[in-house]
Amino acid sequence: MIELRNVSKTFTLHNQGSAVINVLAHVDLDVRPGECVALTGSSGAGKSTLMRMIYGNYMARSGVIRVGGVDLVQAEPREIIRIRRETLGYVSQFLRVVPRVPTLQVVAEPLRAIGAPPDRAEAQARDLLTRLNIPRRLWSLSPTTFSGGEQQRVNIARGFVHPYPALLLDEPTASLDPENRDIVLGLIETAKQRGAAIVGIFHDTDARNRVCDREIDVGRFTPEQAA
Amino acid sequence: MTPLLSVQGMTRSYGNHLGCSDVSFDLYPGEVMGIVGESGSGKSTLLNCLAGHLTPDAGSVIYDTRGHGPRDTVTMSEPERRMLGRTDWAFVHQRASDGLRMGVSAGGNVGERLMAIGNRHYGDIRGHAIDWLDRVEIDAGRIDDRPVTFSGGMQQRLQIARNLVTGPRLVFMDEPTGGLDVSVQARLLDLLRGLVRDMGLSAIIVTHDLAVVRLLADRLMVMKSGRVVEHGLTDRVLDDPQHAYTQLLVSSVLQV
Repeated sequence: MIELRNVSKTFTLHNQGSAVINVLAHVDLDVRPGECVALTGSSGAGKSTLMRMIYGNYMARSGVIRVGGVDLVQAEPREIIRIRRETLGYVSQFLRVVPRVPTLQVVAEPLRAIGAPPDRAEAQARDLLTRLNIPRRLWSLSPTTFSGGEQQRVNIARGFVHPYPALLLDEPTASLDPENRDIVLGLIETAKQRGAAIVGIFHDTDARNRVCDREIDVGRFTPEQAA
Repeated sequence: MTPLLSVQGMTRSYGNHLGCSDVSFDLYPGEVMGIVGESGSGKSTLLNCLAGHLTPDAGSVIYDTRGHGPRDTVTMSEPERRMLGRTDWAFVHQRASDGLRMGVSAGGNVGERLMAIGNRHYGDIRGHAIDWLDRVEIDAGRIDDRPVTFSGGMQQRLQIARNLVTGPRLVFMDEPTGGLDVSVQARLLDLLRGLVRDMGLSAIIVTHDLAVVRLLADRLMVMKSGRVVEHGLTDRVLDDPQHAYTQLLVSSVLQV
């Protein structure tokens, strides 16, 4: 489902003396349906960079990143948007929303984007918000003023409302209390059972051990630095 | 899929001064493209050439018309181009007063475009106008008031209603949120986003506000000195800019 071949990533900082930072090289990765792979490695090893490349948010310098059969390195913007709408979900650490849009609409939006009728999209959004213990009185408010843990759960609800065949999870349990953490891990297990291919970053070792089938140490893709 | 708009080699200069040079891109149905760049980068010149307000020195703008398929709007006759501008295209100006008739009532402003395409039934036109005022969140009780009595945000929303009432497929926007309070901007952006999704609009938005393109645009074109220096998926261009100028632009935004 997710397939990376010989992917590399370089940042060139044109306005800082054209410094070139080689972050990743020769990345090969395969994630099959129903499998959850954890990206590990020290801070700065490139875990988030790799995840952002798989989402098409960062540009790979070379290689192939295939999700659902489309190479995101070469794809036109509209193809990447289609893959994100239909195939590839992403739960980031930060919630980015239009001010003023109520939480229920924020969560229902991924379903509306694939053409689901409003009542069905909202019913599923309500179901997820209930499971994630977001109080009903908050549903009509914009999540911009919510606490960190609430925003994260809104983000998770958004990422799980549509059954994406591929999912990227960037520290989905980071700011959650034990009860909500358990609910989120349950959602991940359910997604695996229905066949989702998942790549995740989990600093929480117990969470990682519970849902992940294997670990990839991103440090092994760190290129040799010319001295 | 046929592009809705296919632009090739768009070039326009003002004497020795370069407006825009050799700009090419395809816009597909339902796509929203942002154009960013500093003042004088040529983005407004480009937009005005695309919309037929300026005649380019070179290049073509092929539009997939409803009736006759792909046509070059640069070489079509002036009446044909004007008809396109009144029906299938819309243009939202930065200053609402450039896009509205300030001495005519709000309802008249919305109804005028309907009359221009042949609507004659007063009750129907007024009904459409009331419907559109509601969609842009203007109280129907203000239908007989002139836009001079409206706030800046309301004027901008009225301009959008006037433009969209004929069900256009392509909307050009020149700094649609420029000059508005931040709180009013958010409301307008939310409204535009909803309209773009629900009507399946294609749009080209010129702005210098990166937050606006992040929320509205699927893809982004960065211009400097009349040329396109970078082009791609909006969040990719903003989060991983490749060109020196884009890096400068993105890193110059103050964090709130």
